[in-house]
Amino acid sequence: MGNSTKFAIIGGAVAAAIIAGVVGFVATSGTDPAEEPVTTSTEPEMLTIYSGRSESLIGPIIEQFEQDTGIETEVRYGKTAGLALAILEEGQNSPADIYFAQDAGALGALSKEGRLLTIPAPILQEVDDAFKSSDGEWVGITGRARVVDYNTDLVDKSELPSSIWGFVEPEWKGKIGWAPPNGSFQSFVTALRVMEGDDRAREWLLGIMANEPIAYSGNTPTVEGIARGEVHVGFVNNYYLQRFLAEDPEFPVAHHYTNGDAGSMINIAGVGIVDTTQDQDLAERFIEYMLSDKAQNFFATTTYEYPLAGNAEVVGPQSPLENINVPDIDLSDLDDLEGTLDLLRDINAI
Amino acid sequence: MLLPLAYLVIRASEAGSDAIAILTSYRTLEVFVNTVLLTFAVTALSAIVAVISALLTVKTDLPGRRLWSVFLAMPLAIPSFVGSFAIIATFAPRGSLLQNLLAPLGIESLPSIYGWPGAVLALTLFTYPYVYLTTRTALQGIDPAIEEVSRSLGHNIRSTLRRVTLPHLSPSIAAGSLLVAFYTLSDFGTPALMQFDSFTRIIFVEYELAFDRHSAAILSLLLISLVFVILYLEHRARSKAYYYSTGLGTKRQPSIMNLGRWKWPSLAFCSAVVSLAIFMPVGTMLYWFFQGVLAGTSFPDLGMITLNTVYVAAIATLLIVSLALPVALLTVRFPSRASNVIEKLSYVGFAMPGIAVALALVSFGANHLPLFYQSIAMLVFAYIVLFIPLSIGIIRSSLLQLNPRIEEVARSLGLGPGKTMLTVTIPMIKTGLFAGAALVVITIMKELPATLLLSPIEFRTLATQIWVGTETASFSHSAASSLILVAVSVISITIILSQEKINREERTYA
Repeated sequence: MGNSTKFAIIGGAVAAAIIAGVVGFVATSGTDPAEEPVTTSTEPEMLTIYSGRSESLIGPIIEQFEQDTGIETEVRYGKTAGLALAILEEGQNSPADIYFAQDAGALGALSKEGRLLTIPAPILQEVDDAFKSSDGEWVGITGRARVVDYNTDLVDKSELPSSIWGFVEPEWKGKIGWAPPNGSFQSFVTALRVMEGDDRAREWLLGIMANEPIAYSGNTPTVEGIARGEVHVGFVNNYYLQRFLAEDPEFPVAHHYTNGDAGSMINIAGVGIVDTTQDQDLAERFIEYMLSDKAQNFFATTTYEYPLAGNAEVVGPQSPLENINVPDIDLSDLDDLEGTLDLLRDINAI
Repeated sequence: MLLPLAYLVIRASEAGSDAIAILTSYRTLEVFVNTVLLTFAVTALSAIVAVISALLTVKTDLPGRRLWSVFLAMPLAIPSFVGSFAIIATFAPRGSLLQNLLAPLGIESLPSIYGWPGAVLALTLFTYPYVYLTTRTALQGIDPAIEEVSRSLGHNIRSTLRRVTLPHLSPSIAAGSLLVAFYTLSDFGTPALMQFDSFTRIIFVEYELAFDRHSAAILSLLLISLVFVILYLEHRARSKAYYYSTGLGTKRQPSIMNLGRWKWPSLAFCSAVVSLAIFMPVGTMLYWFFQGVLAGTSFPDLGMITLNTVYVAAIATLLIVSLALPVALLTVRFPSRASNVIEKLSYVGFAMPGIAVALALVSFGANHLPLFYQSIAMLVFAYIVLFIPLSIGIIRSSLLQLNPRIEEVARSLGLGPGKTMLTVTIPMIKTGLFAGAALVVITIMKELPATLLLSPIEFRTLATQIWVGTETASFSHSAASSLILVAVSVISITIILSQEKINREERTYA
């Protein structure tokens, strides 16, 4: 084989690549649901939402929004962090109008990079200060409570301490599950640092670690581990249990709320308007809608989260909002989150 | 291929001083070493399992060979999250299947599966098929005359195996092992669930908790540097040996070894692997699925989602194989600096954490190719960047077994270079092409991070649905999509492996 063959291979390859590329593009462009390029200012009312909340949770209410307002939506469902990073990478070419995040940290990350627009005051007023950003760039739609889940077969309710500090006692050794790499856990530790100071927070963390907890990768495995009896208690978010119960009513796990400390703090799921939006007006209407009674009721009854606006009542075996002590922190203060990360790294929890 | 690398370098250069701090902290070092050791362990174990399986299904008279062939390749189809969860559900210290079974015997808890045992087991079980498929291809391409000569010189079966067959297989074992190693390095889901402190966890913390793309980029580059080290080592280890037979022998079926009293242990081995790697996860999926059905859960849109998945995977696979072929041809027939570099670089996409590749393409696509951004074309391009090395590796090892004299003969008989390629070379490496296609199709259907960010909005695949199910603790949804994924993978593998039989029957000439 000589040079002629070599050229033949290379030539063939280039030709094949070009043909393949053209064919591929032609074949696939006809099936794109969104055929138009990204920036279309002449499109009729269409809102593009990047959502870290899953379709099964908010799909129905978004559909309801479309029906009630006539505004079309296009939702990209994905991971909260991934979508935030994507918006950052997309820069000014981002197609996103609204970013719906599963926690405040992500909203804070976007806000810090200057990617969120200020939300009009009348809309912000619907929600308590504790559940929106201090500079008005994001607002919480629903609250997600931290909770201590326990195995009902292995633990009697009376044994459960009313404070997270109870769990550093030696009798809980080997019985605790937690998920340090989880965003909500990070928020919880941040709240703990704010409420009780860095030293106390470190003391608590070290105390729990002395009890040899099992470190799960997330909330779902933690709750599942509790059910199996691998651990007796776990620090998680409230709504996972409902999901498990929906598929298995005999699921042997229940909620326990600590009394007024960081252990039962409220995280938020919230929205922000992305600065590249072409439809700021529509985006604002979306936020308004999500804070309306109808939507808030939906969240309370279907996703088992805490409504943050309107008159909706919380349902299920959950403590009402007033009974829960909400720490006075800006949930999206990233510098604080970085401090939490440093602490967790420092004690090798993460 | 260079795109993700360029992206990482650019992002890394924007990093702050805290990135340096993370990079040099003791914990990072500790975790890095852990990950390297894990990679060694998994690669070694996978190679052993895979080579034994390949030998058993290709060269022996194992009963039910054809069935075992398909089953032993199947574990690739199991999404790692589901597989790991299945292992936990079966072997966890308390409340698992095994512990419940043993409870009457007074066993309260099992030794912990978390950490090293779980991570090694899960990764080995679901990645050994990489080596299995490459080795199998090579085994089928060995000229039996080579082994017959060895036997005629007085070596018994075992000795022949050790001194002739295995060395012959080393390029393919290496090709598959590279894939296993890189997969282990870049996977996050399995080590996380198994509570193993892998390097990817540190990267994950930067991306998902600190939202710091820059620190994450630096850490990813550290990972890539390890990848380059491994690639270099493999390059040095590549011998200049010829893997084709120098006579113009006939290509015959591989000689079949009689197992004799090894039959039952062999069957036991295959059953053990298949039970752990397939039946257990699939059984768990079925359990979750029926639990959901009984609770009245509905599973909308699965038909369309399946079609989406298959459609995009098929297009991408076709493109990948057609692009991998020239690269493989160049590196084997015309080894040069350039072709080697291209081949090595192709692994970068595969060895990087998925989120990094995804973000690289988001950055590139949104800012430089807005017309293509979030289109299927872009998604297909992402799959090419990610998975082309799977195909290149297998085709390479297939090509190495092809005596270049055959092509020269064709040329001397008057066929032009193009015609030679089409009518001589390509048909002879069909096995490699098909095995590569099988590997790629299954891997694409499982892909998640790039699909989430780059697919057209509202385009869903089975993989995204599996992930949604796990996020919302809705195991039945994960299970439903997983089961379909496995089913489609079985069909693909069966179709593809059946081409081998047709191929083999056609392949006798003087």
